[in-house]
Amino acid sequence: MKTFRVLTICGTGIATSTVAAEKCKQYLTKRGLKVEVVECKAVEASGKIPVYSPHVVVATTPVNDSALHGTKKFSGLPFLTGMGMDKLADEIAAYLQSLE
Amino acid sequence: MGKCFEFDEKVIAVGLEVRDREDALRQMSQMLYKAGYVRDTYSEAIIRRERSFPTGLPTGENGVAIPHTDICHVIAPMIAVGIFKTPVEFQNMGDIEEAIHVKIIFMLAMNHCDNQVKLLSELMQIIQDQSLLNQLCITQSVTDISRLLKDKIHF
Repeated sequence: MKTFRVLTICGTGIATSTVAAEKCKQYLTKRGLKVEVVECKAVEASGKIPVYSPHVVVATTPVNDSALHGTKKFSGLPFLTGMGMDKLADEIAAYLQSLE
Repeated sequence: MGKCFEFDEKVIAVGLEVRDREDALRQMSQMLYKAGYVRDTYSEAIIRRERSFPTGLPTGENGVAIPHTDICHVIAPMIAVGIFKTPVEFQNMGDIEEAIHVKIIFMLAMNHCDNQVKLLSELMQIIQDQSLLNQLCITQSVTDISRLLKDKIHF
């Protein structure tokens, strides 16, 4: 099975992306996907994305489209507020499966 | 892993009266500074950070904000808690165009302690618990708030 790379992005890289990363891993694994999750700060995203080449970005803060280099982005806020968490995980999982 | 965190009543405030968002951030930072958890640079850093990366969360009736900043401004990990007398406008973390009327502020002072991930996800559980948020908002006593939160965070 393919291992998908997920990049979680937040303002500081220490708080909300950590939580989003943990939930991402937990919820996507539960959906039968193999994922590797890395966190970064919004200001580092533009440099990090070409190097890490994530399959998907999950951001808890607004990120410029130009920084994404075409990577598909999801808003990770549901992982923080709990509202719509399963729906978001379903959407990310469906998107990743479409890449296989 | 050792115990790295326990709520401290010195940095919990109820019925907090503020002029606006930045006044709220300043007052909360000052509490953390006086109690020795953060450096004197923390306050400005947190205000600057909130301008570029807002931390309001759409948690329903009781809006929550979780301001935080870089670890270099932090001495020891702590979460300060403030309950506002009247809601204060913050911007939504995920959509800066949207205003969140914040009643509860959890100001994070994080410095990468071992239990940080666990601590943060337990805090997120609190944020997702509507009845607990309601209880926090109607409680008038710092001791009760501390007890309500301690019951929820297990270390």
